[in-house]
Amino acid sequence: MASLSPPLAIDASHATVADIRANVAQRRRWDLVFAVLGLLATSIGVVTLLALFIDLVMDGYQRLTPDFFLSFPSRRASEAGILSAWVGTCLVMLVTAVVGVPLAVSAGLYLEEYAPRNWLTTVIEINVSNLAAVPSIVYGLLALGLFVYALGFGQSILSAGLTLALMIMPIIVVATREAVRAVPHTIREAAYAVGATRWQVTRDHVLPYSIPGIATGVIIGLARAIGETAPLITIGALTFIAYLPNPPLTTTPPFVNFDWLWSGFTVLPIQMFNWVSRPGTAFHANAAAAGIVIVVLTLLMNGFAIFLRYRLRKRINW
Amino acid sequence: MKGVMSNPVSVGVPSPQSGSTTQRNVKSSIRDLNFFYGDAQALKHIDMEIYEHAVTALIGPSGCGKSTLLRCFNRMHDLTPHTRYEGEIRLFPDDVNIVSPEVDPIEVRMRISMVFQKPNPFPKSIYENVAYGLRVRGVRNKTELDGRVEAALRGAALWEEVKDRLGEPGTALSGGQQQRLCIARALATDPEIVLFDEPTSALDPIATASIEDLIISMAGSVTVLIVTHNMQQAARVSTYTAFMYLGELIEYGPTNEMFTRPREQRTSDYLTGRFG
Repeated sequence: MASLSPPLAIDASHATVADIRANVAQRRRWDLVFAVLGLLATSIGVVTLLALFIDLVMDGYQRLTPDFFLSFPSRRASEAGILSAWVGTCLVMLVTAVVGVPLAVSAGLYLEEYAPRNWLTTVIEINVSNLAAVPSIVYGLLALGLFVYALGFGQSILSAGLTLALMIMPIIVVATREAVRAVPHTIREAAYAVGATRWQVTRDHVLPYSIPGIATGVIIGLARAIGETAPLITIGALTFIAYLPNPPLTTTPPFVNFDWLWSGFTVLPIQMFNWVSRPGTAFHANAAAAGIVIVVLTLLMNGFAIFLRYRLRKRINW
Repeated sequence: MKGVMSNPVSVGVPSPQSGSTTQRNVKSSIRDLNFFYGDAQALKHIDMEIYEHAVTALIGPSGCGKSTLLRCFNRMHDLTPHTRYEGEIRLFPDDVNIVSPEVDPIEVRMRISMVFQKPNPFPKSIYENVAYGLRVRGVRNKTELDGRVEAALRGAALWEEVKDRLGEPGTALSGGQQQRLCIARALATDPEIVLFDEPTSALDPIATASIEDLIISMAGSVTVLIVTHNMQQAARVSTYTAFMYLGELIEYGPTNEMFTRPREQRTSDYLTGRFG
């Protein structure tokens, strides 16, 4: 094998074609070395994840029958299902989105468009970014004290949804601010110049043009919330639920009901965690099947985020 | 006060084209205007009259304050923190000091509109681009909106090119068309003054010529204030020219006089390309 020593310096005035080619070949070798190392590093990440997912699918795929989605948990592994878990996940996500998204988007818009640039705003901005990195269990503890006990919401879907909303708000605030900052200043000037108020500029221009970025942040935030286990265990999610909350929509007037907010709950990752911790391989297959559902759900959400970003951005060019 | 007309209300000046004398009303009067970015003074004791239904050009080397002065007229500086106006820009006929803190910048921008250096249409339809200034002030009537959008697009010499595709995005137009769309947007609200901030610096020569024609034709019905770094452009489109340097107004007068017989040495040096 040829040496990897630094290339021999070439004095251009005396170099023959053969010298130049030798020099190029020598330097090219480093190109190859890095390409191989880079490929290796990339494959380690991708292959490991793929292997994990394939393993999950191998373990769990026979359990993915319609019954699995329509059954409550059971002491017999073969009869147990994820009905209460996925219904719980959907309802908790509903609360999270309805509460978290408007608050976070408003906060992001305010910080970017309205807030005066002073030390207080700077402190708030730094802290919002830091909050995105706070471990989720800490949110669980906070929520236990605030929602479950102080506000008396109990160990309910409402408490769970609010906890996760709190947790993903910083993610959405940061995404909103980045999207808002990407709107060119010239567009704002154009709108102000015809006599628009700050609110009109925000409502008619800044918000619509930053929707692709905001939507991406929202979905990424929700995708993170959907897999969250620790804070929900902290606030007292149940691990065995053999009933469904009252449905939010009813056939009799007033057609909506909010009883479900106060209902006990479980969610997919908690159900999965519960099955993993049981002895016996039968329940492990159930855990793997629930895992597949979570992974597919998350991938679908991320895929939708990419699709949205691509589709909506195509419509906007400055 | 160098080179400022003596009569504050109206003045007789030889028209550059015909040589005959036309009476002009003063549309706006700048009195001892100072402007600050933080501690840095960008405009120093500007005194100047803007004449109604005429094109007034602001020229001078980069950083001389010409764009800063232009942007005082629609209070664009209010969007930047730590800026401060001192003195007056009085707008007639009602004699309002438009840089006074008591006057809402939105009120000023409803009367004085602006066309920017780089065409900046909204990523919305051609129609919505023109109608936006009317929508923000609450015009909802479809017939009225249609009529004023068409009139503005005609005024900007764009109607014939876009009348069959008003629903298409304004950003899909060519650069010159985009700038005319921005002019239509500025005209739709029936402004008393239209400000142009180097409106052709991002355009090719053909688009530039069409914008210049447009500015000349507009002057019959609206007062125009234009910043340009192109002296030929100032000579072509304007009736009056103001030469600024280091935040001061050095010389101001009828364009043909200034370009042929500048009174100040610095004006002459700039016009002949010795600096700037």
